[in-house]
Amino acid sequence: MTRVHDMGGRFGDGAVVPEPETEVFHADWHPRALAVTLACGSLGQWNIDTSRHARERLAPKDYAAFSYYEKWMAGLADMLVEKGVLTPEELASGHAMGTSPLAERKMTADAVAGVLARGGPADRPAQIAPSFAAGDAVRTRRHAENAFVDGGHTRLPAYAAGAQGRIVRLHGHHVLPDAAAHGLGDRPEPLYAVAFPASELWARPEHPRDEVVLDLWQSYLEPAR
Amino acid sequence: MRVRALETILTEKGLIDPAALDEIIDTYENRIGPRNGAHVVARAWSDPAFRTALLEDATAVVSELGYYGRQGEHMVAVENTDAVHNMVVCTLCSCYPWPLLGIPPGWYKSDAYRARAVREPRKVLADFGVTLPETTAVRVWDSTAEVRYLVIPQRPAGTEGMDEAALMDLVTRDSMIGTGLALNP
Repeated sequence: MTRVHDMGGRFGDGAVVPEPETEVFHADWHPRALAVTLACGSLGQWNIDTSRHARERLAPKDYAAFSYYEKWMAGLADMLVEKGVLTPEELASGHAMGTSPLAERKMTADAVAGVLARGGPADRPAQIAPSFAAGDAVRTRRHAENAFVDGGHTRLPAYAAGAQGRIVRLHGHHVLPDAAAHGLGDRPEPLYAVAFPASELWARPEHPRDEVVLDLWQSYLEPAR
Repeated sequence: MRVRALETILTEKGLIDPAALDEIIDTYENRIGPRNGAHVVARAWSDPAFRTALLEDATAVVSELGYYGRQGEHMVAVENTDAVHNMVVCTLCSCYPWPLLGIPPGWYKSDAYRARAVREPRKVLADFGVTLPETTAVRVWDSTAEVRYLVIPQRPAGTEGMDEAALMDLVTRDSMIGTGLALNP
């Protein structure tokens, strides 16, 4: 089943409202929410796919009602409790009961620049040979669903499920989010940019030559004729 | 406020350092932003060899300028022409090339942009005051993996004699996402 975050193509969201380049954060607590999230990431208890999934599995009514950084905070609190970093009692009381054994991993101010500069590359040594080359016709899975975990994380949006497209390029071998989000290892696969004609995706495309390109893992794809 | 409460608990547990938080915030408020991307675009407009290398392997090229890091580990540059206009979205969350453009704007993270950019990019462009000719195809890149896209906008006419620094001022953030065009001099 689709989740509320998978909103590509949805109707009814109204106008997009541009804003000036100088507006980076929209409330005082937003940069703090970003920084707390990044700092907790360095404790090494989860990966980027886990944290995306934590936001995506908020109840649909919460996902829709929460602001962007409220979703981040809710997802972070859930992960901290699930991984045993904090207890529900500590969250409820607003105070720690003792220090954490993970404290030695705390990101210090002088480490920040290095951590942000190093990032977290998602490419891995190849384990599976690429099945497709640029120009090949492919079809995506019929259902935008996780193959390992019912209702689990996947990066195939529902609007592009069961659609025929063509390979634009191979990006290399990347961690498979469907596995990594659920503690099933990296399981790297060839990752491709795949182009779909707008007419393949939408009943009323805006223009006959418009396209949408998605980055998709090999296991999301099968050959098409 | 929930973030204040979390910060307090985590600090008491010895898991976060408030000074590190200040450092992270200062990085994204003051040091990393769309002027990095504008530098890359202006260089690509001015230097044909740089442009070729950028389109071939953007990660290596922008790394050499010091623009590598979190949320920019795998970069691809896509170039706008008379035939194709590129536009970037993340329908599933808010993936964005932080080292080149900073923290994404509010509208990029909005439901309206995420929902509409793939189905009706031209109507979204109209919200930004941009109208493309019928002869230009739109290619929307939905950032579904860890690859991040930088749009190289078309160089405006009448900029032939301008140097890199002057060209940088014409490169807006929105033009590098594909919801805007570069400014006219």
